[in-house]
Amino acid sequence: MKTTRLAQLASLAVVGSMALAACGSDNTTGTTSAEGSSSSASASESAATECFSGTLTGEGSSAQKNAIEEAIASYTEACKDAKISYNATGSGAGVKQFIAGQVNFGGSDSALKKEGKDGAKSEVDQAAEMCGSPAWNIPMVTGPVAIAYNVKGIDKLTLTPNVAADIFAGKITTWNDAAIAEVNKGVTLPATPIKVFFRSDESGTTDNFTKWLHAAAPEKWTQDPGKKWTGSGEGKPQNAGVSEGVKSTDGGVSYVEWSYAKDNKLGMALIDNGGGAVELTSESVGKAVEAAKADGEGNDLRLELDYATKEAGAYPILLVTYELVCSKGKDAEKQKAIKAFLKHFASADVQKSLEEIGYAPLPKAMEDKVLTAIDAIS
Amino acid sequence: MSTSITGHSAVDELPGPDGREPLAGDAAGTGRLADRVFGGAATGAGLLVVALVALVGTFLIIQAVPALLNNNVNFLTSREWVPGGAEPRFGIVDLLWATVVSSVIAMLIAVPLGVAVALFITQYSPSWLARPAATVIDLLAAVPSIVYGFWGLNIAGQYVEPVAIFLQKTLGWLPFFESAGISAKSTLFFAGIILAIMILPIITAISREVFAQVPSTHKEGALALGATQWEMIRTAVLPFGKPGVISGAMLGLGRALGETLAVMILLSGLSDSAPWSWSIFNGGATFASKIALNAGEFDTPQKTGAYIAAGLVLFILTFIVNAIARVIIERRKAFIE
Repeated sequence: MKTTRLAQLASLAVVGSMALAACGSDNTTGTTSAEGSSSSASASESAATECFSGTLTGEGSSAQKNAIEEAIASYTEACKDAKISYNATGSGAGVKQFIAGQVNFGGSDSALKKEGKDGAKSEVDQAAEMCGSPAWNIPMVTGPVAIAYNVKGIDKLTLTPNVAADIFAGKITTWNDAAIAEVNKGVTLPATPIKVFFRSDESGTTDNFTKWLHAAAPEKWTQDPGKKWTGSGEGKPQNAGVSEGVKSTDGGVSYVEWSYAKDNKLGMALIDNGGGAVELTSESVGKAVEAAKADGEGNDLRLELDYATKEAGAYPILLVTYELVCSKGKDAEKQKAIKAFLKHFASADVQKSLEEIGYAPLPKAMEDKVLTAIDAIS
Repeated sequence: MSTSITGHSAVDELPGPDGREPLAGDAAGTGRLADRVFGGAATGAGLLVVALVALVGTFLIIQAVPALLNNNVNFLTSREWVPGGAEPRFGIVDLLWATVVSSVIAMLIAVPLGVAVALFITQYSPSWLARPAATVIDLLAAVPSIVYGFWGLNIAGQYVEPVAIFLQKTLGWLPFFESAGISAKSTLFFAGIILAIMILPIITAISREVFAQVPSTHKEGALALGATQWEMIRTAVLPFGKPGVISGAMLGLGRALGETLAVMILLSGLSDSAPWSWSIFNGGATFASKIALNAGEFDTPQKTGAYIAAGLVLFILTFIVNAIARVIIERRKAFIE
């Protein structure tokens, strides 16, 4: 009796953990690790990819989790001796682990900060201390943020920063409000109440979205941008929680990463920053990345995005995720490995493949800069 | 000899044969090596646990105190939660409220239900059904909490929605039941229901064990005096099992207070501008869910300290609840034995 019950418990635990693993695909705490196992890599691909053998560990931003998984999968397919793992625990954790020297490279939604917080040393200084050389921010993946909505009767929606700010601050409460009708001429709007959903955890997506609101609608959105939501609405954890909320609520609207809006088949608003309504596409995002100002020195490629850009055809709400690396590391072998992997990651083929999973490839000009920086790692 | 769930029996309370305190050993060693080694190892194990708890406590306090000193609002009375930045402002009122309300709802549902299930299994059900029924209830405890969360969100939530809407309509004039504009499957009310299911096996299992230990002489005595089945349960089983039921309920409450993932998935967070509401149909965050939600962004000692301070409050809350339960059990014991 005792053993049977134990066995039953054990089998249930197994089923439970399988379900857990299945849910983990959109959970930020999942560990990704891929090992070369397939022998189907084409000869040309393995020739083009520089291989290393050994392990490489990275940790950080969950925004680039799917992208880096894709890159790791294609890299390890070509290089069977390489083992790369990326732990998507969030940007904050990524920076912390990188600075502590616990991982070979970090992933973060924002470049290392130049100013110290709460009296501590700045992240840039701490990272340089750990590396023994300046640490570089290398933009690798651009993740656009979609304003996703689910309103019966609206197939096409255009939003200006001012209207969006009023919606997300809870000042506009129904979908047929005059302000929304003003920018959506010719669309019949239903009287459904607006239900705003926001990220209840601190997130880079919130940070970027509020940066856009603050930059493009400064009179309407007066709060300082940040990782913590300061508008109104109902909070949900992670991209998955927010998109589930919008999907299950008629009248729901939120800001989510592109892939989540696509996967959940949510409507995505066109953004009109003043230069005409722009649809969210790889091209429109690439245009915005090209318009960004380089903010770092030399090969430190930190970018300053212009969220208020009025450039025609540039989609303004996006986040650029960086890989944090030491420019000159203490362990030459590891540096070589990082270099080989990042080179693969930044290559046009891999970048192109990211489009299917909701990221925008780096525009050509940026890709060249990134490859130059990677070449300079030693 | 009757043994209650508290582990004491009447015999334990009597002084030993040579006038020693009850339960005190005679401290007589044989002087053999094995004896001394075992005694030492047992003492060491006991001390180790105490030392571990003390060290963890010290660590938490060391982490929390600087953050608390930096706080610009009263930690115990503020509703704000901005733990980072140059001017941190954080208080626990909202967290405490959400934690207590969701746990109380869970207890209101799970305790009567758990006791009823335990009574059914031990007193009413035929023996061929009792074992499988007990096993099935126990299995509920083996389901990971994240599964409860997703199950609640994707499946159970839609069935609770009509109930929630009905309550809001009929009892909405009471502040506890007014609508706060949160989706029905993301309220404290619904989180409480899911928590109730999660703590049900704990309460049932312990109640079952004590009810099964009711001396058959008590039960037979009651029946012989003409009591019906229900009167027998009321006069013999329930009074005997009460301390055990309370113990089980407290263990369950401990789990409900500290439950993390399921609550995090279910509960909708509130925006900073949301007005205070007494409603159980409001959203919020419990201590544990708030900590889990933001654990990825502990980037400064200040911020980490603020969350650890919140964790300390949860620890103290659990401690107080357990202490109260102990007092109740001790009183009860003096009364029935």
